[in-house]
Amino acid sequence: MTLSQPVSPLAQVRYILSENYVTFGAFLLFFVMVIFALLGDAIAPYDPLASNASIALSPPSLAHWFGTDDLGRDVLSRVLVATRLDLGIAVVAVVLSFALGSILGTCSGYFGGWCDRIISRIIDTLMAFPLFILAMGLVAALGNTVENIIYATAVINLPLYTRVVRAEILVRRDAGYVEAARLAGNGHLRIMAAHLFPNVLPVMMVHISLNMGWAILNAAGLSFIGLGVRPPTPEWGIMVAEGATYIISGEWWLAIFPGAVLMLAVFCFNLLGDGLRDLIDPRMRT
Amino acid sequence: MSRPSTLSIVIRRIIGALPSILGVIIVTFVLTRALPGDPAAYFAGPAASQEAIDQIRETLGLNRSLPEQFIIYVGELLRGDLGNSLTTGQTVVSDLLTRLPASLELTLAGLVFSLTLALPLGILAATRPGSWIDHGVRVLATAGVSLPTFFTGLLLIYVFYFLLGVAPAPLGRLAILYSPPDQLTGLFLVDSLLTGDLETFRAALGQLMLPAITLGLFALAPLARVTRAAMLSVLSSDFIRTARASGLAPHTILFGYAFRNALLPVVTTLGVVFSFLLGANVLVEKVFAWPGIGSYAVSALIASDYAAVQGFVLTMALLYVVLNLLIDLLYTVIDPRAGVES
Repeated sequence: MTLSQPVSPLAQVRYILSENYVTFGAFLLFFVMVIFALLGDAIAPYDPLASNASIALSPPSLAHWFGTDDLGRDVLSRVLVATRLDLGIAVVAVVLSFALGSILGTCSGYFGGWCDRIISRIIDTLMAFPLFILAMGLVAALGNTVENIIYATAVINLPLYTRVVRAEILVRRDAGYVEAARLAGNGHLRIMAAHLFPNVLPVMMVHISLNMGWAILNAAGLSFIGLGVRPPTPEWGIMVAEGATYIISGEWWLAIFPGAVLMLAVFCFNLLGDGLRDLIDPRMRT
Repeated sequence: MSRPSTLSIVIRRIIGALPSILGVIIVTFVLTRALPGDPAAYFAGPAASQEAIDQIRETLGLNRSLPEQFIIYVGELLRGDLGNSLTTGQTVVSDLLTRLPASLELTLAGLVFSLTLALPLGILAATRPGSWIDHGVRVLATAGVSLPTFFTGLLLIYVFYFLLGVAPAPLGRLAILYSPPDQLTGLFLVDSLLTGDLETFRAALGQLMLPAITLGLFALAPLARVTRAAMLSVLSSDFIRTARASGLAPHTILFGYAFRNALLPVVTTLGVVFSFLLGANVLVEKVFAWPGIGSYAVSALIASDYAAVQGFVLTMALLYVVLNLLIDLLYTVIDPRAGVES
C-alpha cells in the first residue's frame, strides 16, 4: 500500500481494532455501560426501591439473577440503575477538573514566571495530601452531599491535569508554528486556545480515560464510608457497604455483585486508556 | 566544585519540606473555617447551649480577623492542641496517638507484602520479556489498579473466613481471647516478639494477614509495573552490555549492576504509592473493623465530629510529607548523584 492511496476512515478504524482485540472489548463494554447509564431504569426488571420482606436475602435465582437484599429489593435492578449515578459523578468530576486543569496548566506553561510559580505552588500543596484523605476532608468541610462528592473528586484530580497540560504546553511554547502565529498578529488567548491547546488534546484523552476509572473508584470509596449518596439510593459503593454486614454470614451476593460491576467499570476505563495510549503515543507505555 | 556532604543534603531536604508543611497547615485551616454555617456551633455539637457556642467562638477566636485566627490556630498546633472529640470526649491528639500504631502496623505490613511480591515479579518479567510471566504481570498491573480495596477485602473475607474458615473473624487487631502485648512500640507484632509471647504473635499475625494483603494488592500493581519498566531500560543500557561482555556472572549483573539502578524509579513511585496506601487504609480499616485512625475518622465523619476529622486530615498529610521526605533521603542513599544537582 502506498502512502498516496486514500484509506477510508472506516477501513482505518477496522484495521486499528483488528490489531487491538482487548481495546475493542473494552470499547464494547464501555458502550454497554453507557446504554445502562442512559436507559438503566427502563431495562431494570424490577423497581430498585420496591422492598418485599417475604423474599428478603434470597440467593440468585432465575427470577432474581443477582438475588435480593435484606429488604427484598432486586440487586440486579439496583446495580443497573446505579450505573447512571456512578458514571455521572465520575464524568462531571473529570470534566470539571479537566476544564479547570487545562486553563491553569496552559496559563502556567505559556506565561511562565509568577503565574507559573503561583499555580505550581497551589498544585504542590494539593499534592502534599494523600488524595483520598483530602477528598474526605473536603466533603466534611463542605457538607455531606452528592454535589460535594463531585467537587471533592474534581479537586483531587486537578493536579494531574494541570501538571500534564503544563508540561505539554511547555515543550511546545517555543515551537515554530507558535512563533508564526504570534508574528501573524494573534493574541495570547488565541494562541493558547486555538494553536497550542488542540495539540495537547490527544495526550489528554489518554489521561482522561485512565483518570475516569480512578474517579469512579474514589467516588464509590467515599460513598462506601458513608459520604454523599444516602440510602436507599442505589449506588455501587453504598451497596457494597450495605452488603458488607451480610458477607460474614455467607450472603455474598449483596456485596459481591455491585463490587464486581464497579471493578469491571474501572477495569474497562483502564483498558481503554491503555489502548488509546498505544494508539496515540506508544512511547508513554511502561 | 566540591561534593556536598550527606548531612548538608539531608538538611537541605528537610528545609525543602517546610513549604509543603506550611501549605498543608493553611489548607486544613481553610477547611476548618469553610464549614457551612457557624463553625462554633459545629464544634460545640448539636446539644450545646448558646453560652457554650459563644464560649467556643471565644476559644477558637472566631470573632477575630482571619490572619489573627490563623496565628492562633498555628499556636494551638505547636502546643499539640487539636481540640476535643465530641464522640469519645477525649482530646483529638490523644485519640489519634492511641490509634496511630494500629494504622502504621497495617500500612507497613501492606507495603512489605507488596514489595516482596512486586520486586521479584517485576524483575522476572523484565528478564523474560514476552514470556507468560511478562504478560501475567501486565494483566496484574491493569487489574490491580482497577480493584476497589473495600471490594477485595470483602472478597477475601468471604473466601478465607466464611468458605475456608482459615482466617479469624475480621474484627480488629486481636481476637477477644487474647490480651494485647505490653505497649513498647504499639505494633502488636513487634511488641509480642519482644516480650516473647509467641501465641499472641501468631494471633495478631492472623488478624493482620487479610487486611495487609488487601492493602498490598492495591499497591502491588504500580510497583510491579515500574520495576519491570525500570529493569527493562537498565538491562538494555551500554554498561550492562559491557558487564556481560566482561564475563561477569549473570546474577552479579542482575542484582549488583542493574537492580540498584532500577531501584531509583521504584523509590520515586513509592511516594505515589504511599498516597494511595494512606487513602486505601481508611477503606480497609472500615472493612476489617481495624481500630486505626482511618476507622476513627470514618465514625467521626458520620457523627459530624469536625475537630476529629480535621485532626485526622492534618495527621495524615503531615505523615505523608514525612514519608516523602524519607523517600527523598533514601534516594540520596541509593544514588549519591541525586543530591548533587539540586
